Amino acid sequence: MTWPGTAAGPQGVAAAGPQDAAAAGPQEAVAAGAGQLQEASGGSALAAAHPGGAAGTKGRRPTAGPWTRFLLRRTGRLLASLACLVVASFALIHFVPGDPVRAALGVTAPVELVESRRRLLGLDRPILEQFWSYLSGLLHGDLGTSLTSSLPVSKVIGDRFVSTAVLAGLAFAVVMVVALPLGMLLGILTRDGRRRRLELAFVALANTLTGIPSFLLAVGAVTLFSVGLSLLPVAGRSGPSSWVLPVFTLAAGPAATLALIVRVETLRVLSQDYMRTARAKRLPTRLLYLRHALPNMLTAALTLGGLLLGGLVAGTVLVENVFAWPGLGTTIVGSINSKDYPLVQGVVLVLGGAVLVINLVVDLLVAVFDPRSTVLET
Amino acid sequence: MQRSSWLRALRTPTGAATALGMLLLLVLAVVGPPLMRDAATTFNTSAIRQGPSGAHWLGTDALGRDVLARIVVATRLSIGLALVSTLIGVVGGVLLGALPVVLGRRAGRAVRAFVDVAVAFPGLLVALSLAVVFGVGARGAVLALGLTAVPSFARLTANLAAGVAEADYVSAARLAGASRGRILVRHVLPNIGEPLVINATIGAGSALLAFAGLSFLGLGVQPPGYDWGRLLNEGLNRIYDAPVAALGPGVAVVLAGVAFSLFGETVAQVVGLRTDSRVKGAVPRLALAGEAQDGAVRAAPRDDLVLDVEDLTVAFPGGSTPVAGVSLRIHRGEMVGVVGESGSGKSLTALAVAGLLPPQATMSARRAEFLGHDVRALDDRERRSLLGTSLAMVFQDPMSSLNPALRVGRQVAEVAEVHLGASRATAAGDAVAKLAEVRIAAPALRAQQHPHQFSGGMRQRVMIAMGLVAQPRLLVADEPTTALDVTVQRQVLALLRRVRDEHGAAVLLISHDVGVIAELCERVVVMYAGRVVEEGPVADVLARPAHPYTRALVESVPDMTTPRTRPLVTITGRPPDPSARPDGCPFAPRCPRAQARCTQEDPPLMAMPGTRAACWFPHLDERAALAAGPVA
Amino acid sequence: MTTLELEQVTVEFGRGARRLVAVRAVDLAVGSGTVLGLVGESASGKSTVAKAVTGLVPVTSGRVLLDGQPLGDLRRRSRAQRRRVQMVFQDPYASLDPRMSIGDSVAEALPQGRRSRSAARGEVAELLGLVGLDADRAQQLPGNLSGGQRQRVALARALAARPDVLVADEVTSALDVSVQGAILNLLRELQERLGFATLFISHNLAVVRYVSDELAVMYLGRVVEQGRCEDVLSAPSHPYTQALVAAVPTTQPRSSPLPVPVEGDVPDPHDQPPGCAFHPRCQVGPRALPERTVCVTTDPQVQAASRRHAAACHFAAVAQEAAPAGR
Repeated sequence: MTWPGTAAGPQGVAAAGPQDAAAAGPQEAVAAGAGQLQEASGGSALAAAHPGGAAGTKGRRPTAGPWTRFLLRRTGRLLASLACLVVASFALIHFVPGDPVRAALGVTAPVELVESRRRLLGLDRPILEQFWSYLSGLLHGDLGTSLTSSLPVSKVIGDRFVSTAVLAGLAFAVVMVVALPLGMLLGILTRDGRRRRLELAFVALANTLTGIPSFLLAVGAVTLFSVGLSLLPVAGRSGPSSWVLPVFTLAAGPAATLALIVRVETLRVLSQDYMRTARAKRLPTRLLYLRHALPNMLTAALTLGGLLLGGLVAGTVLVENVFAWPGLGTTIVGSINSKDYPLVQGVVLVLGGAVLVINLVVDLLVAVFDPRSTVLET
Repeated sequence: MQRSSWLRALRTPTGAATALGMLLLLVLAVVGPPLMRDAATTFNTSAIRQGPSGAHWLGTDALGRDVLARIVVATRLSIGLALVSTLIGVVGGVLLGALPVVLGRRAGRAVRAFVDVAVAFPGLLVALSLAVVFGVGARGAVLALGLTAVPSFARLTANLAAGVAEADYVSAARLAGASRGRILVRHVLPNIGEPLVINATIGAGSALLAFAGLSFLGLGVQPPGYDWGRLLNEGLNRIYDAPVAALGPGVAVVLAGVAFSLFGETVAQVVGLRTDSRVKGAVPRLALAGEAQDGAVRAAPRDDLVLDVEDLTVAFPGGSTPVAGVSLRIHRGEMVGVVGESGSGKSLTALAVAGLLPPQATMSARRAEFLGHDVRALDDRERRSLLGTSLAMVFQDPMSSLNPALRVGRQVAEVAEVHLGASRATAAGDAVAKLAEVRIAAPALRAQQHPHQFSGGMRQRVMIAMGLVAQPRLLVADEPTTALDVTVQRQVLALLRRVRDEHGAAVLLISHDVGVIAELCERVVVMYAGRVVEEGPVADVLARPAHPYTRALVESVPDMTTPRTRPLVTITGRPPDPSARPDGCPFAPRCPRAQARCTQEDPPLMAMPGTRAACWFPHLDERAALAAGPVA
Repeated sequence: MTTLELEQVTVEFGRGARRLVAVRAVDLAVGSGTVLGLVGESASGKSTVAKAVTGLVPVTSGRVLLDGQPLGDLRRRSRAQRRRVQMVFQDPYASLDPRMSIGDSVAEALPQGRRSRSAARGEVAELLGLVGLDADRAQQLPGNLSGGQRQRVALARALAARPDVLVADEVTSALDVSVQGAILNLLRELQERLGFATLFISHNLAVVRYVSDELAVMYLGRVVEQGRCEDVLSAPSHPYTQALVAAVPTTQPRSSPLPVPVEGDVPDPHDQPPGCAFHPRCQVGPRALPERTVCVTTDPQVQAASRRHAAACHFAAVAQEAAPAGR
């Protein structure tokens, strides 16, 4: 139950929001209909970024408590999610209808081979024992053995993890460097209904970009640049030029989404009462935007950017398959098709864990920039 | 109202495009397979892998089948699968998300915790994992995508439902004895229905794209079946010789996805979930010159006039004029109060005086002078310098008027930095001094804090401190104490009085509270429907109001001496709409003394004994008697 | 003759470091046909008292009694019990379901029982007439009504349940001044006619004074003074009440320029001062008279019943004599 002055219900509800946008749909781009997040969808990251909106707290003195409590709570949530992830990835093999080993090796494989594989995988032991050995294996970095290549899963993943991580990282950098300033500039230019045509053009263009899934963009880009113009390589990871298309196609949708949202955020910040106060002080324009508007926009922008990073990790799966990129994306698809369940398990674990950790880091960063969010969430 | 807003939406370009797109999709889905199935499945080994031609607009595939036909036929499957998986997601999500409302607090928390954890995983990964379990193929993919969507819909439903469940009308229903189930069905669901439907529509669009992705990866629809994603997969292999075969299905996916999203958008707009504040129409410039004619007694212009505004009008596009012909003069060190109810135009007058009107407003006035300068004739820099130093502004809502991201000291100090050329250190020290002057305890410590650590009363003091930095000549306070406790209100009012006494600044105080103005001000201006209806010395006007509205206003507000045995005086009716003012006196429809002349001629502000009032039949009896003899 | 009593009611929220005592050891009583006014500023706990009385918020300790029978929170009340205490809320724009016609909203509160559609409609029409609205407004949606009209509908809905106790929580605070009077008049008229007990809550002392027979003043979760309205206001015992009375803006001319009866802000309710809650701001407390350390060490609420107006002040008698009109 809430007391006027402490975190009112809506903030508590909305503050649970950060992860929502990234998982809004299986599409890797964030929240379909970007830039048009509904007020009503309370889980929006924007709402989470403005917990101080209706703060009625009077002179609340910050105690040592909120920060430690916040950290504990967040880490707790991370551990709970990781636990779920581990259990889910373990359970994966056991939910598969039929015999996973037989499915992997094929109908014609000899029975002895199937049996020995089963023993190798430990599938003949009771389930709790399997789970326990799975867990202890995890803690030692042992993710099992691939059915198709007989290599340790951790080795397969390890080789390919870097390619995916760098790809996602570069795409993220591009998104932030392009979308943040662009969104803010457009917000300033189109405030109060100015330049309607510019607004319309931008919104239409950006929405189209977000509406095109990355893999389609990739196919289109390949057609244009590689096949048509022969400027860039079609597939594979080779020299620097081979990074261009994958990074661009991975970044384009999220950049458009972020730019749309940053623009809307900027508009919202500009319409706030404190901007009116700043204008009443007749401050020069530069100070008005850079000192007064920008910091308030950053929280929302960073929160969203962080979520996008999580979504990018998932998005690489699709893009890698278009470009035959030697990363985890191609690994997981291949392993699903060849029914190499330990490998699937391992990749899901690694990718899922990476996203969860990224979410935690984002939450921590937001808390650093906006101390109100920690206090009010309690 | 409903039907017309739908029709209006259809007439906008996006609305029309959306309607067209959805219609096309529907037609293709229904009609496509029967018409083109043959073309889509007929092998033609003599026409393998052809490029675009007259017979086959998008060429043929590896088995000689017409690509365009296949794309058209695939419409039904692609959209159908997307819709089914969305349905699974929505139904599952709504059921799960509505549980907390029905189950009560503890169980509700458990459900929410579960949903929060589930939502944290990226959808695609979940879908892939589930695809492993359910097996590759259309059925597995539908189930996988459907289940993936459940947590986010559950989260949305739970948030929406929580928002509704906290509403007062639900509390009232509970008090009336309604059961949880009834509340869910009768109150919660109808109120969350619209945003849910809209999100579901947008979700269907993402499901479409996601399905295409899965099929593209080879994990969705398997041959011999085909949807757009599958066609993309097949087309990708031919990217060199016939890129069109790959792009064709891609374009179909994109267009369909956009159609769905736009549909959701349009519905949202019609339903009014998005407030589109765009006002259409040109901005009419009004020339109301000559409307307000002063009577014989018109104070001669004096040198110590801080503010001289004559015949101020503020108009908004669409023809509404919330301020119509207001004149205001403030002398040095004078405390003037403007009183009126909501809709009287008093706040807009203050904003107009301070040059802070919203950009779509138009302001016109016969004269607008601040400290003797015509503010309209100044260039930007001069105006900024003049107003930034000599005019201070205090707004109504202290909670939102200070920038939450900046330290308080900084916000006060920057006035000196920008307008007085002070160095950072000097300005900072000055800011602390000003905070001390407005009686904020521990000013040096407080200057380093952020606004959210201050209470409402303290924030208003900070606003005043900000205004004091540059020796203002006029302080405009728009309802500065309305949001404050009455004991704190006292402190802020006393502070305003001190500002005048110690700095010689004039104060323009806007309030709906007659008592506040009576306590603080020397002169009062009463506004109604955008114009001044009475003005004069505070004690006189409030003790013996001449204008019927002033009288009704003063009498209808209970104070500590109101007799408790009689009903309170009320004013029936409502103030006129600012865009449709009738002829004659704006108060006439509600005035007990109104006569024929009142509805025909608008009374100007006229001098009367001891006051000025805009009324043809003012309460003058007592005034006349008083005028005859000396006032005590 | 119904009586509503609050017996040492305490309401707490949260646990551990976030614990907040919103209402502390409150004793109140209202009888049929009387209006008890509850006045206080921010964090006084008056709204929480309203929610505790109606059962929307559970009581941590103490009891709410209706005719001597204890009432639990809403879930534990029978439907008949729930109906006996009804509430009108502050925000006219949030207290009616935007999608239900006002007739349906009112009908929802009618007592359970077999009645035909037309009988129900008749009752709704009667109720709407009672609050001064045209019966044919019953099909309208709240969006078409003004704030004052919505409050009337809310009142009709509350009365539909035929309550013994009506809680009016800041019912005029969101309305324009000229509309306020009409609602207050209506409330008084209905209360006289129908005879229910009323708990009238507001931060506006002048309004509370006009409406109430008895008055209770709250500060930081405690009742600091209570008694007959005229008595309390004409000769307040507690320094806070004195300050509150002196702080109300008045159109009557004042002798001294702008008295400021009390400095400082209401303290954070999470962090309440020891002893007397008001002592950091009290004009006759340890800040002004340092020898009055008892204000810091002992909570004056404990002995309150022995003092005039149950004043929660160690120096109530002295404060009353001193009775400064501001400092």
